[in-house]
Amino acid sequence: MKFGVVVFPGTWSDRDCGWVIDQVLGAELTYLWHKDTDLKGCDCVILPGGFAYGDYLRTGAIARFAPVMEKIGEFADRGGLVWGICNGFQVLCEAGLLPGALIRNASLEFRCEWTNLVVERTDLPFTSKCGEREVLHAPIAHGEGSYFADPATLSRLEQRGQVVFRYCDATGRVVPGANPNGSLHNIAGIVNARGNVLGMMPHPERCSETELGGTDGLKLFRSVAENALQVLVS
Amino acid sequence: MIAIVIVTPKPVVNDPQGVTVKQGLASLGFSEVSDVRIGKYIELKLEESSEHAARERVEAMCRQLLANHVIEDFRFDIVRDGRR
Repeated sequence: MKFGVVVFPGTWSDRDCGWVIDQVLGAELTYLWHKDTDLKGCDCVILPGGFAYGDYLRTGAIARFAPVMEKIGEFADRGGLVWGICNGFQVLCEAGLLPGALIRNASLEFRCEWTNLVVERTDLPFTSKCGEREVLHAPIAHGEGSYFADPATLSRLEQRGQVVFRYCDATGRVVPGANPNGSLHNIAGIVNARGNVLGMMPHPERCSETELGGTDGLKLFRSVAENALQVLVS
Repeated sequence: MIAIVIVTPKPVVNDPQGVTVKQGLASLGFSEVSDVRIGKYIELKLEESSEHAARERVEAMCRQLLANHVIEDFRFDIVRDGRR
């Protein structure tokens, strides 16, 4: 099982992800430079947080033209696991690998705080080690994390069960007060229809060791490590 | 020639910057302002002599990069150099 962590100019969470994969999980790790045109045999590609290409024009708008993104698109089309975290989620939306967009937080503030997330899907390669409607404790750190999609897209996402994580209170209730950024339907993470491309604003790589305040994020890395080799990449 | 592109958030998209600026204007006494939408101004210098061709190219640029159709609308004007 090999994870690939993509590094764009301006990416900042690549080493955090790499640390968890390499030092905490003990899985094989390689970094993928934005100019790479080969995914080096990775079984899961992570697009980490940061400000790829300075987030110029819009978050993720320029990153999607990086040479590595074409290969990631092909990999996703073949069923490969692609996981966008924070800025990575924004890049996946701009690239059209996930529907919708992430816009300025309703508060206009950069929010850096712990959130609670209710897990709505546990049948995915990313969440199989989570319990049914388990509440995960995970930090966010973003200024543009308010999920938006037009009403038709939003209702399609809901009908197909593509919402994976929702901001909730400590008991798992999805309430407006638990929504840190104004995301529609308290959406914190979504998956594509096929279930192999996940985007989420919270940072699981920053809650995978007790020293950092929690280990709920490690459940996602462990899920991927367990399932990635069984995912059929045609 | 020069293309002047204006990108604005779609009416259905919440624009917290616009709401905040509207409140600021109201507190200064500009209570006639009923809505504020904040977008982007982009100026492109084009090596193109035909306005018709330029329009087609700029339209494509807006669709492919300058605006995100999920959240933004765009409009643009083509002007000759020095006529602005």
